[in-house]
Amino acid sequence: MASQRVFQLGLRRAAVPSFSKVQPAGRMVQRRLAATQHFGESEGQQILAKQRLRRPVSPHLTIYRPQITWYASSLNRITGVALSGTLYLFGIAYLAAPTLGWHLETPSLVAAVASWPVFVKVGAKLAVSFPFIFHSLNGVRHLVWDVGLGFKNVTVTQTGWAVVGLSVVGSLYLSLLA
Amino acid sequence: MATTRALARLATRRTAVRPAVFTRSFASVDPISKAAEATVPDPARKAIPKSRTSTVKDPEPAKAAKIKTFHIYRWNPDEPTSKPRMQTYTLDLNKTGPMMLDALIRIKNETDPTLTFRRSCREGICGSCAMNIDGVNTLACLCRIPTDTAKESRIYPLPHMFIVKDLVPDMTLFYKQYRSIKPYLQRATPPPDGREYRQSIAERKKLDGLYECILCACCSTSCPSYWWNQEEYLGPAVLLQSYRWIADSRDEKKAERQDALNNSMSVYRCHTILNCSRTCPKGLNPALAIAEIKKSMSFM
Repeated sequence: MASQRVFQLGLRRAAVPSFSKVQPAGRMVQRRLAATQHFGESEGQQILAKQRLRRPVSPHLTIYRPQITWYASSLNRITGVALSGTLYLFGIAYLAAPTLGWHLETPSLVAAVASWPVFVKVGAKLAVSFPFIFHSLNGVRHLVWDVGLGFKNVTVTQTGWAVVGLSVVGSLYLSLLA
Repeated sequence: MATTRALARLATRRTAVRPAVFTRSFASVDPISKAAEATVPDPARKAIPKSRTSTVKDPEPAKAAKIKTFHIYRWNPDEPTSKPRMQTYTLDLNKTGPMMLDALIRIKNETDPTLTFRRSCREGICGSCAMNIDGVNTLACLCRIPTDTAKESRIYPLPHMFIVKDLVPDMTLFYKQYRSIKPYLQRATPPPDGREYRQSIAERKKLDGLYECILCACCSTSCPSYWWNQEEYLGPAVLLQSYRWIADSRDEKKAERQDALNNSMSVYRCHTILNCSRTCPKGLNPALAIAEIKKSMSFM
């Protein structure tokens, strides 16, 4: 169909040559109705930077669907920070204890914990054991990924929930029975 | 397409002098055959009796309307001081196509022409209509509208991107990053047989799952690491492409490509969160490609 039209157009042009005004070839093919302006690379970047100042950033963390992938990853980060932070804090406090007159020796800690009510004991144990087990098990997952295994979506979901389940069971065992 | 349109426009344009021979337009009828048609009804012609005609039945009456609610992110650059907002639209699913893109197009055509979004191929090959639908990045043209009308759908642009308008994000940085990995074959030596660069079947197989990427940026914008470190971290989509050229047996700049990635930001901001593989609308695995890059760099 298009070729027919082009052919007819050719005939028409041949039949009625417009001597009145000379038209460049480009004008025949394309007519631009809006005026445009050409900018160089650097000028373009400046305009873009100016536009960006006004542009909002689309919502991200708050609207993305909760999935085991990124929730487990952020939990891994949080537990890691909590565990290492606790270790550092306790280590520094233990070092400073003699000069500050604090009693952080094992016997006095044991005596202090023994005087707590049961639910506080279990809660404190859970607060330490869950991050520890979760971070350790998820660490194994990360080591497996680093050798390039277990990247299928199904595998990722399954191992993710397995780690969550195992850490719940393990931390309950450590805080209630052990 | 544009050329055809331009030509058609030219072809239908009236010129000052038109010779009679060329006055026929495209869909016109030959005047001679037209003359044969009777303009006045023939009195001899009688109506056909009812017994000899068939009945065209009314189409099935419309089913009860299935009204679905869509909440869509809106921001107009012409009012830069106003905040982005969510606008609610309702559509009857019986009159809408099955995909989210059909819903968006219908809203734009019939309800609100100011709604702005990118779309082109409507079949998942161009990657234009990438957006965040019901919390997950995907292509609107490949995402079915959930038929459960009780649930309301939420459509946002790709997360953590500068917004040009409504659902259109600014992809400049993404394309710039893509350019930075030199996504083309780099070779200094001519092919041994002087004709083409040959690959074994096994070598070609390595590129499966890499070359299909359409650069829709769904994976990159689903990555929290990319959200926080967009300026330096390349992101899953670009790294998948990077690996596509590192893995190519015909490319001779493998070492240079790896060297360019060998810093703390370009590739090692990947913390194997794996949102990328989870969200890829083409079913590719950018996380695996990144793992392969990391592996190839540590055992160089």
